[in-house]
Amino acid sequence: MAFVIEPSEPEKIVVDHLKFYYGNHQVLKDISFKVPEKKVTALIGPSGCGKTTLLRCFNRMHDLYPGNRYEGRILLDGENILDPNYDVIKLRIRVGMVFQKPTAFPMSIFDNVAYGLRLQGIKNKTELADRVEKALKDAALWDQVKDKLNKPATALSGGQQQRLCIARAIAVEPEVLLFDEPTSALDPISTAKIEELVVSFRDKLTVIIVTHNMQQAARVSDYTAFMYMGELIEFNKTEELFVKPKEKLTEDYITGRFG
Amino acid sequence: MDAIKRRKLINSLILVLSTLAALFGLLWLFWILGTLLYKGLGSLSWEVFVGDPPAPGDNTGGLKHAIVGQTIIVFLATVIGIPIGILAGTYLSEYGKGSRWANFVRDLSDVMMSIPSIVVGTFVYAIMVKPFGHFMGLAGSVSLAIMMIPIILRTTDDMLRMVPPELREAAYALGATKFKVIKDVVYRAAITGIVTGVILSVARIGGETAPLLFTSFNNNFFTLNIFQPMASLTVTMYDYAMSPYKYWQDLAWAAAIILTFGVLGANILGRVIAHYKFKK
Repeated sequence: MAFVIEPSEPEKIVVDHLKFYYGNHQVLKDISFKVPEKKVTALIGPSGCGKTTLLRCFNRMHDLYPGNRYEGRILLDGENILDPNYDVIKLRIRVGMVFQKPTAFPMSIFDNVAYGLRLQGIKNKTELADRVEKALKDAALWDQVKDKLNKPATALSGGQQQRLCIARAIAVEPEVLLFDEPTSALDPISTAKIEELVVSFRDKLTVIIVTHNMQQAARVSDYTAFMYMGELIEFNKTEELFVKPKEKLTEDYITGRFG
Repeated sequence: MDAIKRRKLINSLILVLSTLAALFGLLWLFWILGTLLYKGLGSLSWEVFVGDPPAPGDNTGGLKHAIVGQTIIVFLATVIGIPIGILAGTYLSEYGKGSRWANFVRDLSDVMMSIPSIVVGTFVYAIMVKPFGHFMGLAGSVSLAIMMIPIILRTTDDMLRMVPPELREAAYALGATKFKVIKDVVYRAAITGIVTGVILSVARIGGETAPLLFTSFNNNFFTLNIFQPMASLTVTMYDYAMSPYKYWQDLAWAAAIILTFGVLGANILGRVIAHYKFKK
């Protein structure tokens, strides 16, 4: 009974009959859809619908905690990333993540952005400096921090810290970037800046963004997936989904009848 | 109206009583410090710090042997205790998190914290002093380290668990391995807390006498050899205070001052660091 379209763009990620369990509790129920390449895909739905759980499957964040189990497949460029033999370290380099709360590391601004690069073994100082600068420029933070790169990152404001986290994530040049409600802890002005960034990534990398703010999904995304109680109810082009929802549940949700 | 008056009266009464109780507790601290300063300050001199141990009946000499011995014993205890305590705390918080074994170790370490220190001393006597046939400074360090480890373990565990999980996830999300996450992010976030724990544990064991009586014992001569009996401020203070010589008794007061203010200083340092951390 779900309405799921095939995107017209080439697919980057294929979710194929994905089920996910926390212990014995099934959180995701047989989800299948295709995430288009170099587009912004939003995951929306009421609290507890499984949107964040789904997002955290894409970089196998669930592996960090015992008792979690995946079933089905997630194909990234045709390769099943849920295969136990798939190298999660390599996966997480290709698929970056920005979290709900800003997660600046207790180190300098420069070291924060350089962290992922250094993890990959880049030691050349000029290359590090160049890539940190580029990442900070792409995250629209360079002008505010260029004179204090050696200051602790925790001294930045919340919105700046979140953009720092985005810079840190894009510095390693991931192919996919996951956002888990990246603006829920921020004020409206900071939120607008983050949204501008998300839009600026369109055509450069594949973005998947979880949000409980429907206006945000409508503003930034090309495609939207609506989830309810662990199921994918509707996946469609964003304007279609918000203007002409095909499922009754989607319509009820976006018109504010529940959630 | 009467009821309100009564409540106000009870309120004032409790306020007065609790203030008095607090002052009563503090009174002893200042009494001790005051007596120490009054009796000991006069005995403090340059000679106390640099003089060789006094001969019986002599009126010259100092505590150099005990100060150096105390420093060596506590330093070695710290060198043994820090890595074991921190690594064990790291295991509990990071690697063994939530496992039965980790919880068992944590409980056990809490029990260890309350073992009477004299028992630790006799234990080390049995495993080190008896087999080697003589007292030695190193045995004193080992017994102090045994007392330190549960303290460092517990603070490390607590401090690491206060690091928000999102911070760890953010590092993992960049492709870091577990060791990298712990070393680069978790330790950095918790470092002030861990340092505070270490300093407080040094302050805690610095004033112990019982674990040293059966292990490093005492030495009336200056030595740097940790395989020989070694003087410490605490044991020396005990011996000199019990001696019949006035000069030795004065030295015991001086030792008490040095020890008390050393431990007090370490405590204050630990708290200053902790305060600085939480203000940040």
